[in-house]
Amino acid sequence: MSAPAIALAAVEKRFGRTEIIRGVSLEIPAGERHAVIGPNGAGKSTLFNLISGRFAPSAGEIRLKGENVTGLKPFEINRRGLSRSFQVTNIFPRLSVWENVRCAVLWSLGYRYSFWHGIDTLAEVRARTESILEQINLLPRRQVQAGVLAYAEQRALEIGITIASGAEIILLDEPTAGMSHSEADQAVALIRAVTRGKTLVIVEHDMAVVFGLADRISVLVYGEIIATDVPEKIKASKAVQEAYLGTVPA
Amino acid sequence: MLELVIVSTLNGVLYGMLLFLMASGLTLIFSMMGVLNFAHASFYMLGAFFGYQISQWAGFWVALVLAPLLVGGIGALVERFALRNVHRHGHVPELLFTFGLAYVIEEVAQMVWGKLPVDFRAPAALDFSAFTIFSTNYPAYKMFMLFTAICIFAALLAVLTRTRTGLIIQAALTHPDMVAMLGHNVPRVFMLVFGVGTGLAAIAGVIAGPALVTQASMAGLLGPILFVVVVIGGLGSLAGAFIASLLIGLVQTFGVALNVSLADLFGAFGITVGPGSALSEIWTVTIAQIAPILPYLLLVLVLIFRPTGLLGTRDT
Amino acid sequence: MSEVAKSADWTGPVPAAGGALRGYAVWIAAALAFLVVPYVFSSGAGLTMLSLMGIMIVFTLSYNMLLGQTGMLSFGHAVYYGLGAFFAVHAMNAVTRAGLPVPVIAIPLVGGLAGLVFGIIFGSVSTRRGGTAFAMISLGLAELVASSANILRGFFGGEEGITTNRTKLLPVLGLNFGPQLQVYFLIAAWCLLCMIAMYAITRTPLGRMCNAVRENPERAQFVGYNPQTVRFIAFPLSGFFAGIAGALAAINFEIVNSSYVGLGQSGVVLLAAYIGGVGYFVGPVIGAIIVTYLQVMLSDVTAIWQLYFGLLFIVIVMFAPNGIAGLLAMHQPLWRAGVLHRLVPAYLVGLAPLAVMTLGAILAIEMAHRFAARASDGPDMAFLRIPLDVTRPLPWLVAAAMTIGGLLLFRRTWPYVASAWNEATITARGRGEHL
Repeated sequence: MSAPAIALAAVEKRFGRTEIIRGVSLEIPAGERHAVIGPNGAGKSTLFNLISGRFAPSAGEIRLKGENVTGLKPFEINRRGLSRSFQVTNIFPRLSVWENVRCAVLWSLGYRYSFWHGIDTLAEVRARTESILEQINLLPRRQVQAGVLAYAEQRALEIGITIASGAEIILLDEPTAGMSHSEADQAVALIRAVTRGKTLVIVEHDMAVVFGLADRISVLVYGEIIATDVPEKIKASKAVQEAYLGTVPA
Repeated sequence: MLELVIVSTLNGVLYGMLLFLMASGLTLIFSMMGVLNFAHASFYMLGAFFGYQISQWAGFWVALVLAPLLVGGIGALVERFALRNVHRHGHVPELLFTFGLAYVIEEVAQMVWGKLPVDFRAPAALDFSAFTIFSTNYPAYKMFMLFTAICIFAALLAVLTRTRTGLIIQAALTHPDMVAMLGHNVPRVFMLVFGVGTGLAAIAGVIAGPALVTQASMAGLLGPILFVVVVIGGLGSLAGAFIASLLIGLVQTFGVALNVSLADLFGAFGITVGPGSALSEIWTVTIAQIAPILPYLLLVLVLIFRPTGLLGTRDT
Repeated sequence: MSEVAKSADWTGPVPAAGGALRGYAVWIAAALAFLVVPYVFSSGAGLTMLSLMGIMIVFTLSYNMLLGQTGMLSFGHAVYYGLGAFFAVHAMNAVTRAGLPVPVIAIPLVGGLAGLVFGIIFGSVSTRRGGTAFAMISLGLAELVASSANILRGFFGGEEGITTNRTKLLPVLGLNFGPQLQVYFLIAAWCLLCMIAMYAITRTPLGRMCNAVRENPERAQFVGYNPQTVRFIAFPLSGFFAGIAGALAAINFEIVNSSYVGLGQSGVVLLAAYIGGVGYFVGPVIGAIIVTYLQVMLSDVTAIWQLYFGLLFIVIVMFAPNGIAGLLAMHQPLWRAGVLHRLVPAYLVGLAPLAVMTLGAILAIEMAHRFAARASDGPDMAFLRIPLDVTRPLPWLVAAAMTIGGLLLFRRTWPYVASAWNEATITARGRGEHL
């Protein structure tokens, strides 16, 4: 039995005296599509920040494919095969679409900090960048400055940057936020296509997206996971309903 | 020896107070507007020159009141008509604008008053010796400087802690965006803060002018030290700026006063280095000679080990 | 996002069209320009100025590796330039004393190595932080080095500096590099080599990630790169080229003193890079040429040329933060679409009051200078060959009228220029340009 892709053991996060994550334990096996849902302020983005290394946990342990990565820097975790997208689009605004994706491709192809390889001659870099752009349907827009793209295009680019490195574990933080229905449908189809065979952890508010995509769902409320189960059971759970809708007076 | 210590302490504290007069304005401006005003020392210089010029026509006491008002007014105008426009281009252009402003102000000062020091003297009323410590006469003017600086701090403290504007400014020191969102007329407050900040620097210039040399290059000499003070104290912290000002003031003053070198130190233990060897220059250099670079050494050390400064809450 | 990237207005480089545009043609043209230009400006003064430009181009390009490429604002870049110059000058003297067969054309490498080594040493402490902290550390380090020049007098030569003689080194093909023309070609050759090298570095993985770190150092972390490492590698590389520039200066002037490492020199390269335009590779080249020209020519025309320098810088920061290269790039899509000429009438209309306003301001400044600082020279002066008396009110009134009147008229022309731009833009879009 191989180690789970992500394993959280009693992870806590405090900012000053405010506890945001109060002891989360979770195991996500490789290849699973796992959604994290919960009311606003539950700490979903903070959880992502902890897993991806943006913050260090105040307590507890985080393991990636069995390896202890607690407290490692984001680039160290990224190099171990985890990649994440951001809720607020976090791209390289004045670089072109092409360059945005290419930057995400470089490390995984082993070019590191090389200043002796001419980047225009690297065929693999070009091929991989083209293929990613094709997958996210931005190849015709590759010369455009990323900052002037339309919102939905920027979200697609955000996903493109995330998957470009070929990481096996993908974290998507509210990828369809701010999108219309049709845009969200396209985004979901894209996500499904590009994360085939990988481990996907997704934070979402759109329940249609969640129930259509996820193998299992975790519900995060006030920094604690109150339920982790398959979608049907979560839908039926009283505790989850209370968390979202409040207690129904008897 | 004791005389040296006492006089140096007095001078060091005085120098520190002057630095704080300027550093407080700089901190206020940085905290509220996010701009590190490279030209801050230039306003200090303008204060000294305006003080000199006005005192030629109307006497020192008029200059003491009028010069800071004029310079603060110029500062407010600079904010209103220039800095505000540059602000939308981002932080780097803002910093570069103040850098260019410092350059231009120095050139204009040179143009109007020449490159040589001007004869800015203490008023006759204060031109006596306040007291004598051992064999040194401590001038009354310096005591006046100290007194003025303390009065201004008291006033500043009162305004900051007891008036509404003061509370807004305190809030903006740590949470500028939030203050803007609370609906305060931020542009007007900016203009006020920039004007007051530069006015404070000008006051420092007027009172320091007679004691230190008043010439066009004084901004370039004091400017970098000022940055050392605010960075060591922590950008955004007035208390930190206070501590750092005193620290740098004392370090520099004591440094200049001490004429000890490594040779003296190690010579006492019988370790010597021959005059021709490569180390001889470093060996024989005295602390007095190193004094000018001590603040920068401190700056680099602080930035390496404690980048937020002593009491800073804002990341640079 | 990094501070440098935060502003929406400060648009950065135009996305490079696959690198194919920057073909070999550009470099061949540059090489030809280097070859031809000394015969066009063949006077002694002309050759000297061209040599200075060559040195400044290398220095400013090296500075832009930090500012424009990686978003690192340094106030102390002259440290590496100056140290390169000092090591070069000491090397030349040592080589001459020991009679070693080292030609002067190899000396820039010494400067480069000095810049590289000190870039590594100082970079290890400076590059841990970005943004304002980095700028402050660079200022502190620059002051440290400049101040230690007074202490380490053996190396820095005190007030007189260190002198050398470039003709005493091993001649190459019969050339001893005494005459300025030979020195020019030495500088030009190194300048071209450095330009090609620095451009090539921008087309490498490191170069691309420097841009990424400039744009968004946090995101760069999440694609696997440590921004601190990127900065820590870029820093000594830029020091290397700065050191080469310093060595070229040492060869050219045959004297090096502590002003080479001073804040003034750091300020000049910052001005040059920014005026030229930090977002474009060619920007620093333009800036270096203009700044050198102004430094040499303006100082003959007026005693207060530094004031104009600072004013020019402020004008660029306020109204054209992308620099001259940015202004040119703005017109590039229009030129490609063939509609650039449509702007000419509007520009001419706008230019006239602008010229009047500028002349009026310059007149006022020059008169103020004569009135205040040079009162001992007497009240009579000549502006553009027109004699005037600064103690009379008439010239002042004329200056005020020109400045204020010019400004008001200039503002009236803006809508006209704007509509010309509008029409040209619409036509250009119709022809396929992305505007």
